[in-house]
Amino acid sequence: MNIFAAIGRMVLLTFAEAGRLTLFTLSAVLNIVQVPIYWRLIGQQMMRIGYFSLPVVGLTAFFTGGALALQIYMGSDRFGAESFVPNIVVLGITRELGPVIAGLMVAGRVAAAIAAEIGTMRVTEQIDALTTLSTNPMKYLVVPRLVAAVVTLPLLVLIADAIGVFGGYVVSTQSLGFNGAVYIKNTVDFVTHDDVQSGVIKVAVFGFIIALMGCYNGFHSRGGAQGVGAATTNAVVSSSILILAANYFLTSVLFEK
Amino acid sequence: MVAGTPKIELRGVKKRFGSKVVLDGIDLTIDAGSSLVVIGGSGTGKSVMIKCVLGILTPDEGRIFVDGIDVTRARGRARDAQLKKFGMLFQGAALFDSLPVWENVAFGLIQGRGLPRRKAKDIAIEKLAKVGLTADVGALWPSELSGGMQKRVGLARAIAADPDIIFFDEPTTGLDPIMADIINDLIVSTVKDLGVTTLSITHDMASARKISNRIAMLYQGKIIWDGPTAEIDKNGNAYVDQFIHGRAEGPIKMQVRS
Repeated sequence: MNIFAAIGRMVLLTFAEAGRLTLFTLSAVLNIVQVPIYWRLIGQQMMRIGYFSLPVVGLTAFFTGGALALQIYMGSDRFGAESFVPNIVVLGITRELGPVIAGLMVAGRVAAAIAAEIGTMRVTEQIDALTTLSTNPMKYLVVPRLVAAVVTLPLLVLIADAIGVFGGYVVSTQSLGFNGAVYIKNTVDFVTHDDVQSGVIKVAVFGFIIALMGCYNGFHSRGGAQGVGAATTNAVVSSSILILAANYFLTSVLFEK
Repeated sequence: MVAGTPKIELRGVKKRFGSKVVLDGIDLTIDAGSSLVVIGGSGTGKSVMIKCVLGILTPDEGRIFVDGIDVTRARGRARDAQLKKFGMLFQGAALFDSLPVWENVAFGLIQGRGLPRRKAKDIAIEKLAKVGLTADVGALWPSELSGGMQKRVGLARAIAADPDIIFFDEPTTGLDPIMADIINDLIVSTVKDLGVTTLSITHDMASARKISNRIAMLYQGKIIWDGPTAEIDKNGNAYVDQFIHGRAEGPIKMQVRS
């Protein structure tokens, strides 16, 4: 087999995929601002994406906050800086761990569900049926999910931030000997509007990525059950990678001095 | 529409996927009020042809006219106006499993035409009655229905918005012979009642004979025979002859790849 042909084919396929994704994204964004807007579906998706993700995001945020407090305590112990635990916990949670953990957990839960649902609709011709019934599938299926994810993830991350800080508080006061009132005062005094806002901006972008990759992979699934399975896996993997990559770039832009 | 203009006309329609040529210059006309069935083996591009007419797929070459209007690359309102003329019964019924039966039937009326839900529901119940289903079936979910019932609901959905043209994609596939005949009878009576033009694709010859007044055969991306249903047995074409009699021996070789 000619190795150059194989590389060339791979490059062409990558460009074709990138082109398809770009066109899909443009079409989705253009459809957001055009009537009709399916408010009922947006509400339904907000429940599915935001509200039902609350337990899983809340639990992971709690334990992450607790583990963070422990790590910082044990690490700062070496140079006598244990008192900074509340400050670093709130900074780490609001700026970084809250949005990333919420993003990754929702990617696992929601991107997979979206890809599986839309993928099944694709292979059973339900998407073609929508078209024949004078309904634009981009508007009916993609726009509500995109809008719901971009709107609800920031709300979700605000709750996750609070629960994460609470996790740190519980561990610090119950096993590290911190005074509760002092812990809360240090946290509140230290955290700034910008810390929380940066996390909210990040997670709104992550929400867009999650819904987009779920919808895109679902829309382009082929070949029955196996195709839907592959679309689901691709949706989770691609959205997780894109979330981590976007996190780096957003961090570098948002905190540029 | 100008008198004498065909309802649907395909001129030199070509469609390929990668290196595989699926439609290789299809020429076909369907007159208003007629019922054409396109027969052909699995994977010969019958569904692709219908999807090109519907605008779900865009042909690489050639043009498609509906009521004399070129719909090949119609966009926006022009395309919406064309889509409103069509109803389609999909092979697997393609019912929306997240909606109850009545909402499936009323979907095009509510979403596509903006009818109030209450009024759309009344029409849906009326259309369900037309395909022999009672109002209480409307409250069920598609997953609770048998294959034959799903096809009936699919037919009710296809006729819900009183279309001019109905497409039937393998209407009897996956049904037992009795249910297949019931669906065929329903199609015939519905088409007669509504006076619509129909384009069906199937490889079930019993169904093709019953629901059509004209048959065309698609083979290797081309229409190789086209004539009145009554003359299908005197077609004089070895390919058509092999297909309609379901013989393993003959000029048609089975494709391994789709």
